[in-house]
Amino acid sequence: MTTDAVYKPAETSKVAFYRDPRIRAIFFQVVVVGAVVALAVFLVNNTLVNMARQGIATGFGFLDKESSFAIGESLIAYDPSDTYRRAFVVGLLNTLSVAITGIVFATILGVFVGIARLSTNWLIRKLAQVYVEFLRNIPLLLQLFVWWDLLRVSAPGPRQAWQPLPDVFVSNRGLLYPVPVWTEVHAWMGIASLVGIVGTYILGKWAKARQAQTGQQFPLLKVGLGLILGLPLLVYLAGGAPTELNKPVLSGFNFVGGHGVSPEFAALLIGLSVYTSAYIGEIVRSGIQAVNWGQSEAAAALGLSKARSLRLVVLPQALRVIVPPMTSQYLNITKNSSLAVAIGFPDLVSIGNTSLNQTGQAVEVIAMVMAVYLIISLSISLFMNWYNSAIALQTR
Amino acid sequence: MATLKLMGIAAATGLAAMVAAGSASAGTLDTVKGKGMITCGVSTGVAGFSIADSTGKYTGIDADTCRAYAAAIFGDVNKVKFVPATAQQRFTLLQSGEIDVLTRNTTRTLTREADLGLSFAPVNFYDGQGFMVAKALNVKSAKELKGATVCVQPGTTTELNLADFFRSNKIDFKPVVIEKLDEVENAFFSGRCDAYTTDRSGLASTRISKAPKPDDYVVLPDVISKEPLAPAVRRGDDEWYTVIEWVQYAMLEAEERGITSKNVDDMLKSDDPNVKRLLGVTPGMGKSLHLDEKWAYNAIKLVGNYGETFDRNVGKDSALKLERGVNELWTKGGLMYGMPVR
Repeated sequence: MTTDAVYKPAETSKVAFYRDPRIRAIFFQVVVVGAVVALAVFLVNNTLVNMARQGIATGFGFLDKESSFAIGESLIAYDPSDTYRRAFVVGLLNTLSVAITGIVFATILGVFVGIARLSTNWLIRKLAQVYVEFLRNIPLLLQLFVWWDLLRVSAPGPRQAWQPLPDVFVSNRGLLYPVPVWTEVHAWMGIASLVGIVGTYILGKWAKARQAQTGQQFPLLKVGLGLILGLPLLVYLAGGAPTELNKPVLSGFNFVGGHGVSPEFAALLIGLSVYTSAYIGEIVRSGIQAVNWGQSEAAAALGLSKARSLRLVVLPQALRVIVPPMTSQYLNITKNSSLAVAIGFPDLVSIGNTSLNQTGQAVEVIAMVMAVYLIISLSISLFMNWYNSAIALQTR
Repeated sequence: MATLKLMGIAAATGLAAMVAAGSASAGTLDTVKGKGMITCGVSTGVAGFSIADSTGKYTGIDADTCRAYAAAIFGDVNKVKFVPATAQQRFTLLQSGEIDVLTRNTTRTLTREADLGLSFAPVNFYDGQGFMVAKALNVKSAKELKGATVCVQPGTTTELNLADFFRSNKIDFKPVVIEKLDEVENAFFSGRCDAYTTDRSGLASTRISKAPKPDDYVVLPDVISKEPLAPAVRRGDDEWYTVIEWVQYAMLEAEERGITSKNVDDMLKSDDPNVKRLLGVTPGMGKSLHLDEKWAYNAIKLVGNYGETFDRNVGKDSALKLERGVNELWTKGGLMYGMPVR
């Protein structure tokens, strides 16, 4: 056998370059990209020229001007003498806080709903089905209005506020609760719980390795909880157990002090979480059902309890089906949080709208808001893709 | 990356298309004459200013201002198209050429003229921002609203005045900013806010038309801002601006000269040279404006003079029953001053 028999294209049959499919493919791609870029340049340029001719201000200089408007709730210190830049940060943090808590709540709720959909109990199964069908078939905006109206109308005014617990007030101004006055001890408690989490992680690795070698099991859950909660408790007691509280007190028209959740934030959070949990429930259900029944039977044959076979055999495999569509739901929560503007929660869009009107710089403000949502969404996608590849089937 | 790029391009395209539409706006008067009607931006529903009734017909002082333009240009009050605009959409609608003139209780300010590329016509209603509270709160002045929650609509000078007022008086407050008028009113009447703030004419309108029991609510005496409400057009179209400007002056002039929609035909026989010029008996004024010589006659005959539109929509013959106050003619101690038509 000789290697000379390998086919080689005849070098003599040279075609004209414009008949070469590879060159043609490259050529057309360049043309298309060029046309798209040229169109974009033309449109942007046209916009700038037109705006200049109509005397409309352009540029991002307005970000350093004083905003002059007040914002109802903020995670950072803000008042009307701050700049538009800071107002945007306030809006961004509000959006992030509602999106992140929404994702956590929707996931927890959704997993329960998904498992309930597969319950052997007829009542639970049907209730979960009604929950899913009811929630996902009504537009989110309507649901938000309903939650908002419920919270606003059913709660009394601040002077007649309900007091379910001492120093906890529920009124149509929101839910207010006391918080400990910040001391050094609290900072140390935070560090202690961090140490507990890291310790639990290391312990978990060790326990797994030991189980693989010797088959002995370790009560990781109890010890881990003990570490994560017990360590801060010890620090708290060692620090002299500071008990001073920052309590909400009625003064004038409203409460002063304490921490609170406004009806707008609560309505948005509940609305987003409940609505999305219906979708997540269906994703979880389909993920579990996608795992072959034989896997559960095999787990049962090995003597694993039902809970264990769910946790150790079914869920890890189901996750591979669940995670990709879950990413879309997380993106939806983030983007749907912009409906806040309808019910008066000062999210990024709401503050963007106000800024847009005060400055008149629609193009800049909308571009900024779009860029921020794009960045948040891409970050979530990146994280979920990483997580997806981390739990993907590993070929050994 | 490809999607990212595409989205960027799509976004740029949308925005650019929006602004590019404005480039076709040269010579608005000719455009309006060409399409045979005038497009006015109005509010989404402020009683007394511009509000649609059950048959879709708009009433209000702003709607009438727009009809006066149509009467002056076409001799027909029905050649108007009303485009309801939220506080946030209004300037973009005007800039992009979707509407020819914005007659939508809009406050004239420096930044709106200088940064937004607009020109404001003479004021058709002098207003001021105030507060409405429930009578049960027993509040006599806005300065007693310490720690109060205040409902407000976004994208208006209202939001800025509110912050300025509480800042200069060193009082804490919490704004609840809600975009839709109906929702902000609901929020206030359901007790979510202690006070509701907007222009005092708007407060009067809300109190009459939306409050479950109007007598349970009171508009506080404080006036915390100047709100000269005026029609606006795009800057740089002087011919069009002049028409908008002088139709309003003509309505003021008519009131001053005692010309009403009822007696305008008799007034054609008047010997007063001022009246003769205004009503086109002595020709010249219409030609200068590139309009029919009957421009002012038609506006007065079909819509009325300024006083008539005021009384009918917000004044003594309306549900709002607002006093003329500063909106009285200058000859009666008010601020309304029509420039000489000559």
